[in-house]
Amino acid sequence: MSTTRPRTLVEKIWDDHVVSQDPESPAVLAVDLHLIHEVTSPQAFTGLRERGLTVRRPDLTIATADHSTPTHARNLPILDPMAAHQVRALADNCREFGIPLHGWGSADQGIVHVIGPELGLTQPGMTIVCGDSHTAPHGAFGALAFGIGTSEVEMVLATQALLQRTPRTYEVRVDGRLAPGVSAKDIILALIARIGIGGGTGHIFEYTGDAIRALTMEQRMTICNMSIEGGARAGLIAPDDTTFEYLHGRRHAPAGTAWDEAVARWRALPTDEGAVYDKDITIDAATLEPMVTYGTNPGMGIPVSGRVPTPDALEDGASRRALAHALEYMDLVPGQAIAGQKVDVVFIGSCTNSRISDLRVAAEVLRGQHVAEGTRVMVVPGSESVKRQAEREGLDEVFRAAGADWREAGCSMCIAMNGDQLAPGQYAISTSNRNFEGRQGKGGRTFLASPLTAAASALRGVITDPRTLPGIVPPAEVGGP
Amino acid sequence: MTSPRDPFETIRSRIIPLPAENVDTDQVVPARFLKMTDRWGLSEALFADWRFTDDGDAKPDFVLNRREMQGRKILLAGDNFGAGSSREHAPWALVAWGIRVILSTSFADIFRTNSLKNGLLPIAVTPERHRQLFEMFAENPDVELTVDLESQKVYLPGDEDLDFEIDPFVKLMILAGTDELGYLLTKEPGISAWEAAHPPRIDTRIGA
Ligand code: SF4
Repeated sequence: MSTTRPRTLVEKIWDDHVVSQDPESPAVLAVDLHLIHEVTSPQAFTGLRERGLTVRRPDLTIATADHSTPTHARNLPILDPMAAHQVRALADNCREFGIPLHGWGSADQGIVHVIGPELGLTQPGMTIVCGDSHTAPHGAFGALAFGIGTSEVEMVLATQALLQRTPRTYEVRVDGRLAPGVSAKDIILALIARIGIGGGTGHIFEYTGDAIRALTMEQRMTICNMSIEGGARAGLIAPDDTTFEYLHGRRHAPAGTAWDEAVARWRALPTDEGAVYDKDITIDAATLEPMVTYGTNPGMGIPVSGRVPTPDALEDGASRRALAHALEYMDLVPGQAIAGQKVDVVFIGSCTNSRISDLRVAAEVLRGQHVAEGTRVMVVPGSESVKRQAEREGLDEVFRAAGADWREAGCSMCIAMNGDQLAPGQYAISTSNRNFEGRQGKGGRTFLASPLTAAASALRGVITDPRTLPGIVPPAEVGGP
Repeated sequence: MTSPRDPFETIRSRIIPLPAENVDTDQVVPARFLKMTDRWGLSEALFADWRFTDDGDAKPDFVLNRREMQGRKILLAGDNFGAGSSREHAPWALVAWGIRVILSTSFADIFRTNSLKNGLLPIAVTPERHRQLFEMFAENPDVELTVDLESQKVYLPGDEDLDFEIDPFVKLMILAGTDELGYLLTKEPGISAWEAAHPPRIDTRIGA
């Protein structure tokens, strides 16, 4: 579709993928890449069989097992019979319908949102969907990527298309420079604390500004990942040289002259001068501090130097009750300093923060130290490939020597479906993306934070402001892809 | 048991009040139930952690366990219902239990979409209306509402009614008891034409 009107990045991708649109109806949107996993796909395959349909484009579909898979050594069997059944069902379905699978035991297995970018499948300008609400990290490449439900998984399998309403756009501009000890995770937690978990409803975020441009791809993925926690369907960052550098040479990235053509195409994607967003917000990066959540949704976040808010201070009855309920669940006292709060478990992992640079940050904190007595620390790499890289760098040794548990790849305690979970009443500081009641195990209590803050807390066994540790290297200087 | 392809008739029912706010899909269906590979029988998973003790006994205080609530089809929920994980198990479980309509001030996007695909109607009302509905229930716990999709109205006792918005396309689908996949399959020629004009950039089969 050609037009002279200035367009946003999202509009350009949208226009390029609309197949058709009936009056008063949603658009038929073509899908470039469909990621599937064991939990949200079985009912979709059953649906295909019931209707006698096939998978239209196995070549644009990829599967992995991550959600319910154990993170223990791969030579041990999957003990949970339901999880084993799901993993087997995925393999059977992939075989029957001809879908490539990086399954349990494969060298490319990992969290679906970690392996897509890693393999170079995630590319600028694409439409990408997955039956998982955290599909947005692919947006870091300037792709329109969002989570879908199982009915939609079935539709995409059958038609490689989806029905979608024209999205509204929301510019999240982050200007300035992050202070030492403040990372990408803190940007997104601060945004959600500011706009609330419904703030972006009906919109798609585009993150712009110098602070975003200065981030590595892995840091950008952390931010885009949690767009959904701010209510947005997706979150994108325009592709630039950082993006191209990350992609170059990856297995599925274009090569030779195709690479040059692709880069030329990608360079036309960023939002045009003069294009308008439906909504916008500006955040000054320099004012941000390391963030931590205290409540039971990701919008309940405060600076780690802050205090737990007091329900009585809230005017609105509904918010007051919600806060009181959250604090009761978390067993926190209004007004208490959040730093110093005891944690039982530290979880470093999930598609938000389990990439090599996240592990490097955590390892730098733990190197030559030991985790606090009685604190269980789990480090779960996002993929087998991240795991191998970490082991080449000796990070596994650093973690083990510090008394942390070094695991195999998977979602693990982000969703607590695979046996890695909190006991009722336990507190975890976690680098994952959700702190809902019971998310990390029934009765478990979650504080969301960055890998740096989580690792610092591991050393002391209490929530710790990483800026108070001696000799902490700012995440921006640890480096990584 | 309702299937998404059952047409939506007029629903007349008393209401189930669930004033908790920001109820997320992890509460609607706890993650451990996601390992089920079929969509039926999720009724037991609905609000499982609120409904049952660790030993699996029903908690008598929880609203869904009260005898008079059995068979009711309209859930009056607190603000902002359905945030969180995209699991379609949430509407499946609600429908499996018997809920066909949810009233709240707002719904999370994915939850709303998933519900509409499964014959579950989320109706957003203004905060004043929302308060009024709870008051109405407090005065008369047996108050009955009628939800008519065709005219997009909820009829309250007396002469009052309230209009609700629904996407006309979705309305058509639900009324006809058809679904989006059925519609999409009719668009195949357009999809083929799009594919011919847009050569694929990747082949996932390489190296797999
Ligand atoms: S790590 Fe968590 S959010 Fe990410 S894909 Fe797995 S379950 Fe979903």
